[in-house]
Amino acid sequence: MKAFTTLTSIVAPLDRANVDTDAIIPKQFLKSIRRTGFGVYLFDEWRYLDQGQPDMDCTNRPINKDFVLNKPQYKSAQILLTRENFGCGSSREHAPWALEDYGFRAIIAPSFADIFYNNCFKNGLLPIALDAEIVDGLFKELTDDYALTIDLAAQTITTPSGKTIAFNVDENRKFRLLNGLDDIGLTLQHADKIHAYETERAKRAPWLFREISI
Amino acid sequence: MAGKTLYDKLWDDHVVHTEDDGSCLIYIDRHLVHEVTSPQAFDGLRMAGRKPWRVARNLAVADHNVPTNHRDRGIADPVSRLQVETLDKNCAEFGITEFGMSDIRQGIVHVIGPEQGATLPGMTVVCGDSHTSTHGASGALAFGIGTSEVEHTLATQCLVQKKAKNLLISVNGEVRAGVTAKDIVLAIIGEIGTAGGTGYTIEFGGSAIRALSMEGRMTVCNMAIEAGARAGLVAVDDVTIDYYRNRPLSPKGDDWFMAERMWRNLHSDKNAVFDKTINIDATTIKPQVTWGTSPELVVAVDDVVPNPADEADAVKAQSMQRALDYMGLQAGQKITDIQIDKVFIGSCTNSRIEDLRAAAVVVEGKKVAANVKQALIVPGSGLIKQQAESEGLDKIFIDAGFEWRDAGCSMCLAMNADRLEEGERCASTSNRNFEGRQGYGGRTHLVSPAMAAAAGIAGYFVDVSAWTGE
Repeated sequence: MKAFTTLTSIVAPLDRANVDTDAIIPKQFLKSIRRTGFGVYLFDEWRYLDQGQPDMDCTNRPINKDFVLNKPQYKSAQILLTRENFGCGSSREHAPWALEDYGFRAIIAPSFADIFYNNCFKNGLLPIALDAEIVDGLFKELTDDYALTIDLAAQTITTPSGKTIAFNVDENRKFRLLNGLDDIGLTLQHADKIHAYETERAKRAPWLFREISI
Repeated sequence: MAGKTLYDKLWDDHVVHTEDDGSCLIYIDRHLVHEVTSPQAFDGLRMAGRKPWRVARNLAVADHNVPTNHRDRGIADPVSRLQVETLDKNCAEFGITEFGMSDIRQGIVHVIGPEQGATLPGMTVVCGDSHTSTHGASGALAFGIGTSEVEHTLATQCLVQKKAKNLLISVNGEVRAGVTAKDIVLAIIGEIGTAGGTGYTIEFGGSAIRALSMEGRMTVCNMAIEAGARAGLVAVDDVTIDYYRNRPLSPKGDDWFMAERMWRNLHSDKNAVFDKTINIDATTIKPQVTWGTSPELVVAVDDVVPNPADEADAVKAQSMQRALDYMGLQAGQKITDIQIDKVFIGSCTNSRIEDLRAAAVVVEGKKVAANVKQALIVPGSGLIKQQAESEGLDKIFIDAGFEWRDAGCSMCLAMNADRLEEGERCASTSNRNFEGRQGYGGRTHLVSPAMAAAAGIAGYFVDVSAWTGE
C-alpha cells in the first residue's frame, strides 16, 4: 500500500449527496479478477455517454462534457470534494481501487458510508469527514485552480488563504496509512493471542470447532 | 451497573486483542466467500505465501455471475465465466468447501448460509458483500467487508474493527393485512434515511419484529445496510431456535443443548443502554413503493410521488429532482398510476420460500399483464427451488406467465444476463434502486414479493392489501 504523508492538489467538486458505490464503479467492471485498471471506468455512467463494458478501450468513447471530472481544469485533481454519505451501498472495494487508480488520494465530505470509509484506508486513500458547514464553505470558495494541502501527521487541511482546518482520524489507521503498512502482517504479530482465544472459545462453544464436512 | 445490549454481548465474546486507540482484533467465526470480491484476496495470499488460518470456517459459492437458465450450457459471457472459474480454482487450491454451480445447495450466499446452518446464532459472520447484515436475523454479528478484509480474514480469522454505537429500532403493534417484513424495513429507511444508521449496529426489536418468521427477520436485517448500518440484529427466541434445529451444520446431540442454552442469552438485557432508540408504529405502515434512486425515497402505495419544491433542504431537493428525471416520473403522480415493464422476484432480500409462497398466492389463476415484457422468479437457492416445486408453486408461476429460474443474484444487480434495458421500469423485490443497478438506464421500484406479483398481474402498482385481482 502507498503511504500517505502530505498532499497538495487542486480539488474536483462533485456536488451530490449519497453517491453510491454502484455509481463510483458500475457492476460490469466487478467481473475483473485484477486489482488495477479500474480508474478509466470511475463514475462510468456519469463520465461517458455510451455504455461501458469491461476491458473496453476508453480513449475514443463519447464523454459527458458536463461531468466535473471531464472539465480540463480538474484533470489533475487528487482531492475530491463531495457531499454527505459518500460511498453508500455495495461493499465493493473496487470503488476505492477505481478512485485511487484514477489518481485521487483524498476525499473530503461531511460523512462517509462505513464500509467504504474502512476500505479507503486499505488502499492509501484518505477519507476526511468535516462538518457539513465547513464542506459547504469549501464548495463556495472553490475556484478552478483552488488547491488544498493535506498534512496527515498534523491532521490539518490548509486552504489557499492560509486558513487551517483540523480533521479527525483514528490513531491506528493514521499510523498504518502514514507508513503504508500491511494490516495482515501486523495482525499476525498477535498469532499467539488468536490461538489462545481459539483454545478458550473451544471450551465454551465446542461445536464451532468440530469442523463437520458437508 | 448497566446491562449489555445484544451487540455488546456479541462484541465482547469475540475480542482477541484491544489496541491503545480502542480498535479491537475481533475473531471471525464464519467467512462466506463468493466470486466477485475474492479473486484479488486469494492473489494476495499467494503473493505473500500465506494459507487460510482455519480453512473449515470458510464456505464458498458463486452467485453474482451465474446464469439463471440453461445452466447446463455454462456461462456464455467469457468475463463472468473466468470469474466463476477463478473461484473454483482458488477453492480447490486452498481446500475451501464450495457449492458448485450444479450443486442443489448452490444459491445466493446470504440465503445458503442460514439454510445450511453455516451461519448460526452467536457467531461473527463476514463476507465480501454488504448484505451480509442478513445473517444478523439469527442473533449473529454479521457485516460486509471489502476485499482487503476478505484476505485478512482468510489469513488470520480475525479483523481489526472499531465498535459501533448501539441503535434500537423498536417496531410495535400488529401490521395490517398485506404488510410484510419488506414494507416494515422500507418504512424504517424512509423514516431514518440511508445514513440514519451509519456508525451504528441496529437491533430490530418490538412486537412486530418478534411476530416475523426467520425469513422475515432476514429481509429486515438484509436492508440494515440500506439504512447505513453495517450490521442489523434480532434477538434469539423460539423462532430462531426452531429454525436452526436440524440444519446440516447446526450443532448435534449434546452440542445442541449446550448451544441452545448459550443462544437463549442472546438478547439485550432489560437494563441495557442504547445510544439511540427509534420507535416505529407498525399499525400505520402500508405497503411501500420506492419512487427514486435511493431506498429512502419511498412512499406508501396509496400516496403520490413527492414534489422537490416542498423540500426545504436545497441539496435534498436537487437530488429528488435528479431522481425524478432519471425515473421518468412527475411530482404529484399517483403511485398506482405507474405502469411497469418487468417484474423481478428474487435477491438476498426476498427469494426465500415464504416470499415465493406470498407471490404465488397473489398470482394463482391469473395472467401477467400484456404490457409486462418479462416477469422473473429467481429462488434464492437450489433447495428453495426444489421446495417450491414440491408445493406446486412453479406451476402457478409458469401458468400465470412468469419465468421460473435457477438460483442466483440475477437481476438484483444484473451481473449475469438478467437485466433491465434502458428506460425499462421494474417492480423489484431487491434492495437497491440506484441508477443503473438493474441495468444501464433501468428504473427500479423496490417492493415486497406480494406487491411485485400484483404489479405483474395488473401491469401497474396496486395496493395488494385491498386488491382483488379484478
